[in-house]
Amino acid sequence: MTHRLGGVRSGADSGVMSDRIHLAVALERAGWHPAAWRESGLSPRAFTAPRPWADQVRLLDRAGVTLATIEDALALTDRSEDAADPDPRRLHGRLDAVLLASALAPLTQRIGLVPTVTTTHTEPFHVATGIQTLDFASTGRAGVRLVVGGSPAERANFGRRGEIDLETGFREAGEVADALGRLWDSWQDDAIIRDAATGRFVDADRIHNVDVAGEFFSITGASIVPRSPQGRPIISVLAHQTVPYRLAAEHADAVFITPHDADAATGILAELDQAAAELRRSPERLRVFADVVVLIEETPAAARDALARLDDLAGSEFRSDARLIAGTPPEVADHLRALAETGIDGVRLRPARQPADVVAIAERLTPLLRATRLLRDDDAATLRGRLGLARPESRYAPTQTREKVAR
Amino acid sequence: MSRSPRQIHLAAHFPGVNSTTVWTDAASGSQIDIAAFEYFARTAERGLFDYVFLAEGLRLREHKGRVHELDVLGRPNTLAILAALTAVTDHVGLIGTLSTTFNEPYELARQLATLDHLSGGRAGWNAVTSSDAFHGANFRRGGYLAHADRYERAKEFAALSKKLWDSWDDDEALPRRIRHQGAQFDVDALFDVPRSPQGRPVIVQAGDSADGRDFGAEHAEVIFSLHQDFAAARTFYDDVKGRLAAWGREEDSLKILPGATFVIGDTAAEAHERSREIALQQVRPEQALTYLEQVWGRDLSGYDPDGPLPDIEPDTGAETAHGWATRHAAVQARIAALRELSDAEGLSIRELVIRLSAKHTFVGTPEFIAGEIDRYVQERATDGFTVVGHLTPHGLDEFASRVVPLLQERGSYRESYDEGATLRDLLGLPAVVRTSVPT
Repeated sequence: MTHRLGGVRSGADSGVMSDRIHLAVALERAGWHPAAWRESGLSPRAFTAPRPWADQVRLLDRAGVTLATIEDALALTDRSEDAADPDPRRLHGRLDAVLLASALAPLTQRIGLVPTVTTTHTEPFHVATGIQTLDFASTGRAGVRLVVGGSPAERANFGRRGEIDLETGFREAGEVADALGRLWDSWQDDAIIRDAATGRFVDADRIHNVDVAGEFFSITGASIVPRSPQGRPIISVLAHQTVPYRLAAEHADAVFITPHDADAATGILAELDQAAAELRRSPERLRVFADVVVLIEETPAAARDALARLDDLAGSEFRSDARLIAGTPPEVADHLRALAETGIDGVRLRPARQPADVVAIAERLTPLLRATRLLRDDDAATLRGRLGLARPESRYAPTQTREKVAR
Repeated sequence: MSRSPRQIHLAAHFPGVNSTTVWTDAASGSQIDIAAFEYFARTAERGLFDYVFLAEGLRLREHKGRVHELDVLGRPNTLAILAALTAVTDHVGLIGTLSTTFNEPYELARQLATLDHLSGGRAGWNAVTSSDAFHGANFRRGGYLAHADRYERAKEFAALSKKLWDSWDDDEALPRRIRHQGAQFDVDALFDVPRSPQGRPVIVQAGDSADGRDFGAEHAEVIFSLHQDFAAARTFYDDVKGRLAAWGREEDSLKILPGATFVIGDTAAEAHERSREIALQQVRPEQALTYLEQVWGRDLSGYDPDGPLPDIEPDTGAETAHGWATRHAAVQARIAALRELSDAEGLSIRELVIRLSAKHTFVGTPEFIAGEIDRYVQERATDGFTVVGHLTPHGLDEFASRVVPLLQERGSYRESYDEGATLRDLLGLPAVVRTSVPT
């Protein structure tokens, strides 16, 4: 028994899985500390060149990291910033994450590529086909992290939407997630027949209009993209509270949570379990990753000093939704071990400084986690495979086909 | 003393979801795998092309209420596949077709600026309009745009996009705020992608209406036209380039690259034989009937494709429907024209469709084809061509190997790419003059 319908945790699972965890890395231009780019000595323009991104993702790929997420937002300013008066000490300007991930796909071998996509202002149809194309370009390593973009700055950039409350924004994200799944299933795997005898390139009976009509949008047709290597790329969300927990439980394959210690992680897992019992329709268990901001140096003193320098530059102490661990590789590993014991599936590390902490994760932390048998290693070729998720048959395939494949 | 010849510009149209793409051939490969796109783009680069050109999918084609089964179907998202190609190419431009109707300027402008960064200055945008409810049914706003407003929106879209691209100075840490209030867009934007290598991606236009030509004269830097016949191409060239002065633009600031198909043979006779074989693959019997069904609006599957045109009336819907009379008259006129051509030349259904949809632009030896391309360019009928191959992904191979060297011998085609050249450089376009934006 590997899966329990509707659950997050199961007794059988935690027994079998031991405490081995997946490692994910959240890439954010110069790193997650707001002053990191100033200490790097790099011009803001360095973060729009593709080369540094390629170097870092290849490093993580070779180190065996399961997936890399790429931050994005449809606004110049962070939510913690005054949009009317951007802070010139912050790093501004970025690249579109889906396109950046697509450019990284041919340069990498095994790492999952998970760009951030805002559900509030984008066209769900374009999002669906973009992620499918990323799946083709990476031969089965695509995912997406859905975020709600209801800030005034984002809304003003588009000029189409009025104020959006949290619940509405997340209700729409759920509708987008549902539409993505349907569009990704709209071509059966065997839709392209190339049958010279009848002159038919496709079998129209195997391509299905999605006919989605919800509260926020409607979509009639099938995707323009044939079914992609994973069938359905990974859907993930970052969640800090009940509303997004419920979105994750209902619609996501993976969720990123921000517990500050093991007890908090246990509490969140229980809440996710409860939400999943009520809402989850997928036969697959929700994969849970705990986010940790990491700043890694060889000695505790060097880590403390580096953080103090960055905080000085920023003019205030670093504050984050996720726990910050500034320390040596063994210190970071100890914290990850404590989290792993709660039964989470993985951790998503947010490097405080890029590329410095990405290099440290790949070259110092990963070997240590592997040597102490904390890191989960696998030989799957797709992101779904690495996360232990089966490749789903299209929901539109006739039942007989579905059963045959399942066996 | 002869002047140096005008330089030829070539673009490569990826043969995907087009009726020209032959999938029944043994050499036909995937139209969707990354490897096919990589192979095609690298062949374009081997042939020193200016750019690779991709069409756009907004909805699968339908016939009689079902997705169209007979032609190649299914393609990638245009922007994402071009972004992937930035990683496996070094020089060739990457131009995507993207609708001004079913996108928003802030998002599309950041995607195009991203593509320009990722490619080191090789991005371009074929700005197209669409207004129909069929495509709109896949998008948030549905079929919201009246036909007459589609170029209004396209113009405002392009103008706003330029303001967003221009809002970052080369070395500033923050952009200027863009406040734009128009009939289509009302934004107060801080653009979040710093200035890209080209400043702005190259803008391409493909519509042929008077509105389309006006849009082209104001905003486009390349026109993907349909005029292949020499006299028609020259008239079009004069018309469009003649509109540039009103916008303060020079002749060379806009390149006209009509789509064209090529069939190469060792002799003229062999080329014509191959052209005939390819045409028969492009218009198979069932495709010929489908072509006519789209005109007649009814099932014609009982008709013999090698026989005469159907002698029945078209189905133009209920007479009470809005616009019926106009539509009915247009269909009747179209059928009369088909009958006239068929009668005059004694064409069966299939031969008629071949005549209309599978006539190849240039058929002959490599020497003949190179000569024709050069003649069109030197005599100012075009600035070059958009090569439309009929096979995925090998549609460009022969052209790159056999025609390109002859163009080089004539001195009218590049011998190599200049290191670090942007798409704008390859096309010989003037540098972007930034619009001054009041802050």
